[in-house]
Amino acid sequence: MLHFILIRLARALLTILIMVTFAFVVLRVSGDPVLALLSPETPASVVEAFRQSWGLDQPLWVQYLRYLLAIVHGDLGQSMRDGRAAVVVVAERIPITLLLTVPALILNIAIGIPAGILAALKRDSFVDRAVMTSAIAGFTVPSFVLGLLLVLVFAVELPWLPSGGAGSIQQMILPVVTLGVGGAAVLARFTRSAMLEVLGEAYIRTGSAKGVAWRRVISGHALPNAAIPILTIIGFMIGNLIAGTVLVESVFSWPGLGSLLVVSVMSRDLAVVQCILLFVAAAMIIANVLVDLLYGVLDPRLRGTGRASGGA
Amino acid sequence: MTFHAFNPSNPPIVEISDLRVAFDATPVLRGIDLTIARGEAVGMVGESGCGKSVTWLAALGLLPKRASISGSVRLDGEELLHAPRRHLEQVRGGRIAMVFQDPVSALNPVHKVGDQVIEALRLHRGLKGAAARFEALHLFDQVGIPDSARRLGAYPHELSGGQNQRVMIAMALAGQPDVLIADEPTTALDVTIQAQILDLLQQVRRDTGMALVLISHDLGVIGEVCDRALVLYAGQVVEEAPVDLLFSRPSHPYTSGLLAALPRIDGPRKTLATIPGIVPHPSELAFGCAFAPRCHQRALICSTTEVRLPVGGQQLRHRSACLLHGSTPARPEVALA
Repeated sequence: MLHFILIRLARALLTILIMVTFAFVVLRVSGDPVLALLSPETPASVVEAFRQSWGLDQPLWVQYLRYLLAIVHGDLGQSMRDGRAAVVVVAERIPITLLLTVPALILNIAIGIPAGILAALKRDSFVDRAVMTSAIAGFTVPSFVLGLLLVLVFAVELPWLPSGGAGSIQQMILPVVTLGVGGAAVLARFTRSAMLEVLGEAYIRTGSAKGVAWRRVISGHALPNAAIPILTIIGFMIGNLIAGTVLVESVFSWPGLGSLLVVSVMSRDLAVVQCILLFVAAAMIIANVLVDLLYGVLDPRLRGTGRASGGA
Repeated sequence: MTFHAFNPSNPPIVEISDLRVAFDATPVLRGIDLTIARGEAVGMVGESGCGKSVTWLAALGLLPKRASISGSVRLDGEELLHAPRRHLEQVRGGRIAMVFQDPVSALNPVHKVGDQVIEALRLHRGLKGAAARFEALHLFDQVGIPDSARRLGAYPHELSGGQNQRVMIAMALAGQPDVLIADEPTTALDVTIQAQILDLLQQVRRDTGMALVLISHDLGVIGEVCDRALVLYAGQVVEEAPVDLLFSRPSHPYTSGLLAALPRIDGPRKTLATIPGIVPHPSELAFGCAFAPRCHQRALICSTTEVRLPVGGQQLRHRSACLLHGSTPARPEVALA
């Protein structure tokens, strides 16, 4: 087990390093942050002094090594826009974003899994076709289009909900729905196929043959097996949710990490962008580790491999 | 060898008559008649797709909804076909239990084997907690699983194929059924394990007095375990006889062909005989005898006359659905000029 955890940890660190390096290089190659931040009339001497004060006059590799060294010491740099520590700027946006992503994930699961199970149990019926048609509609419409449509209907035509901003439950509804619908559609499709596959397995027939009621066969024998592939998809969906917030927060002017990322990239606020990416990478890695651990809970066949390699 | 089926003091526990099953209008069972007496061991033999398993899946209502089923399946005189769901759930595992071919895929991979046995104990005998665990231990001992206390907590992937099949048998015994249907119980196992499982089935039958229906494509296995055997071909019973008669004086050309294809351990080594051709697809059955196109003895009448196993009730010990070799006790074999 220890061996397993160490390998996971090493892989997580490598992933973070690759992501941080990629962001570092791309941000510096794609434009001069000084010119993005200072107005074009700024005297050359001031520009030069600014460069020196942020260490931007150094060769790229020196900047990179300094940056890595700082990260190791827990220093993620300062925002060029307001001079505060990048960590602080980013951290204060995290809860605001979680306010969207957590309800959206719950919405995904609460709609997607029951809809998929229903479609599988009523295979080839009207219910099945209705669920699958909605699912296709749900994940082919891009989130920004869906967001704008929802605003048009529920904020402009029917003035029931605010079109943007944060602070009230009403303002959460449209962005959460926009963010949640695509994932629910994907999850419904995967749940359906996972259930159909499991329902064809021999142990389902065994359950029925020993007198287990059909409802109990579904809940006690089919679902625990179908949960394994479904969990994989939920793991992937967490990454999609984080990516989705960038668009959805922009559409609904939700002041979370996504909006901050857009503003920071535009103004080449290097430390903040890198810090956000670091957080996103860490969040996805944590989500994946959680999924891996849950695999072991759901599937006894996987517990064996951890034990065997750990020698416990 | 005893023939319970012919003993009037032992009425049949299961009576299947004219059982027909079709999938999307393609017939897969074309009128099966069979009776099982208490405590007897009956073999059902035939190639894959002949309807051996479908007979029992249909009887227990385990076929998918698209299957259309007609005929009659009576358990102790009570009709099972289209019976209420609750009644069928009581029968499944409680009166008629099944053991399937590949034990590793027939057991749920995410549940401990002990829990899977305990589930059957709870359903059919109302046992819970320590009492259920105690009974499960007893069943594991009965089916010869060593170190039973530890094995209760094992998952199917942690046990061998043979041990998993013992778990399946323990699970089937949990409901104290009157009839155990063993559907190719040894096909997926190593040869040495096969013999052990067959011994175990015979032993539990002796211990519990339940009837055993052994489904197999292997006549040798049937001959070893059963009193009586039915030979199925293309969804029909083509021959039924006590096993010794079936082996010594097969009446239907298909049975003769199967026996000729059996390797012998004694006598000189020779090329095994094969039956030419393949089993026809259920949707492409010719009129008349389904076996006629592959039969080396076929006559004109075979493809012009529909043939069924003669209805002889319990008096007729050896029956054959062959127009040329219709077998009765009086005329065990009729040679045709």
